[in-house]
Amino acid sequence: MWWYLSQNALLGAVESGLIYGFVGLGVYISFRVLDFPDLTVEGSFPLGAAVVVVAILAGYDPWLATLFAAIAGALAGLVTAALNQIGKIPNLLASILTSTALYSVNLHILGGANVPLMTGDTIFTPFSSSQISDAVMRPLVLAFLGIIIIALLWRYFESNSGLAMRATGVNPRMSRAQGVSTAAQIFIGMALSNALVAIGGALFAQVNRYADSSLGIGTIVLGLAAVIIGSTFMPWKRIIFPLIGCFIGSIVYWVALAYALNGIPGMTPFDLNLVTAGLIAFVLIAIGKFGGALNDRT
Amino acid sequence: MRLLILALCGAVLATTPAFAEESQQAVKNQVVAVTSIVEHPALDEVRDGAREALEKAGYQNSNHFKFIYQSAQNRQSTAVQIARKFVGDKVNVIVAIGTPSAQAAVNATSEIPVVFAAVTDPIAAGLMKDPAHPDKNVTGVSDITPVAAHVKFIKELLPNAKKIGYLYNPSETNSVAALKILKEEAAKNGLEVVESTAIQTSQVRNATLALAGKVDAIYITTDNTVVSALETAIMVANENKIPFIAADPASASRGALAAAGVNYHDVGKLTGEIVIRLLKGEKIADIPMEIAPTNDLYINQKTAKLIGYHFPHSVVERATKIIE
Repeated sequence: MWWYLSQNALLGAVESGLIYGFVGLGVYISFRVLDFPDLTVEGSFPLGAAVVVVAILAGYDPWLATLFAAIAGALAGLVTAALNQIGKIPNLLASILTSTALYSVNLHILGGANVPLMTGDTIFTPFSSSQISDAVMRPLVLAFLGIIIIALLWRYFESNSGLAMRATGVNPRMSRAQGVSTAAQIFIGMALSNALVAIGGALFAQVNRYADSSLGIGTIVLGLAAVIIGSTFMPWKRIIFPLIGCFIGSIVYWVALAYALNGIPGMTPFDLNLVTAGLIAFVLIAIGKFGGALNDRT
Repeated sequence: MRLLILALCGAVLATTPAFAEESQQAVKNQVVAVTSIVEHPALDEVRDGAREALEKAGYQNSNHFKFIYQSAQNRQSTAVQIARKFVGDKVNVIVAIGTPSAQAAVNATSEIPVVFAAVTDPIAAGLMKDPAHPDKNVTGVSDITPVAAHVKFIKELLPNAKKIGYLYNPSETNSVAALKILKEEAAKNGLEVVESTAIQTSQVRNATLALAGKVDAIYITTDNTVVSALETAIMVANENKIPFIAADPASASRGALAAAGVNYHDVGKLTGEIVIRLLKGEKIADIPMEIAPTNDLYINQKTAKLIGYHFPHSVVERATKIIE
């Protein structure tokens, strides 16, 4: 039946949706808040995975390892910001340079192309119990983490520093006239954005128990899909809504993919991407038509 | 309004498993679910070889048996979702072609038997601890490239060769593992290895050009990136009159001068045979990992004429297939 998703497939979709929700948050901050098209994510996602796996295998506590991954992501973001602000390289190009370089960096960190994490604790290990299966526990832990991060980001973006960053993205000249250091805001924003993406990568590695240098392929598309689908479900202006939207959008994308895997009559395995895109387009158009009256609510 | 729609969808999704669970289990199909990390000639041959082995043994798509295939379209996150779907659909056997797909499958289930194929080093990938004694639900067919034999083969084809060019994508584990062995074996045989890397298929042409004039032969193993753009690499090699030696026999049919090694159709056949044993009820602990035999030697006389090369008689005698 095309409408049936097994519990495993549904939970898998929600789990991937939550992981890539973090990527969505990062992409939201760079693309939407700062108006800075940032392709560094193709490199910072596997960077987070690589750092966390190497750190856990070296014996570090998984939470600390995840923090290391976030810091590594932040550094990658700073490099892109430096190339752009100090090197005067256009933003998109700067981000491509960084993600290209990160390819080699990731290979060095991993010491190869692929490192499994078959044994070793992850942040999920303490929550493993015989009462709930891991397949249910992991999305719950991820959702909890997501809520905490959203709350922190919401507080930040409604604070003076956060408002300065939002202003930089909306109107850099006016912001500078108001005394905001737009350069500093771009540095902070890029660091924050890629730290979040690297956290996503670290979570992916801990859930799937491996890191691979090719993990980054397609990350930007997944992040943008999360942000855009999310903004269709939550078009309202207060910043909390797009932040939650990143997670909702990501989950919608992964559920659409799960349905596409089920197949529609006449579909071949080649058509997976086409059908996924079609399903998402259908959802977005339907939502647009039904929710039209509420589009301008603030 | 839209939130209401979202909530309704969520409610429907959350409850469908309960409704549909029963009807799924009523049909006692045997299902073999195959997934590959990407579509690509060698990996496709594994899938087809497995399917043919199953059909020959009487397992054809019917009311009682299904052969499903899904490709991850080169996205590792998609491979994860495919594995979860197969597990959720309670298939009987999962066949995972390629390291990332195998890792995703092994991580998704510890009950459903997973048969990996076209994975060079299952131990390094964390799939098995001891290939001779499967301790979990995993076994499979390794396509480890006989690099040592290949180096001797290159020496046989080109006794005066000093430098071998190696084309590969450094983010493919199989290629990196092969390179390590290549360097050791080359040193033993008085040869030097010149590396050239291509991160994407679009870079293969430039990577091959970079070797022109520097090497006496170009050698590739089972690198997915290079094999996907094989015709380009061969074209550049032929234009520069450089012998092109590959590890996948099918490469010779695509224009390489010579190819010796694993026949991926045979890998598929071996994989299919393991699946048949599992379907018949054999325990996975009794099925050790197999290494694909590397008996095939294909030579391409058409390419030889193009680059002005003559095969030694010993090679022509041994060849399992000569392409004119």
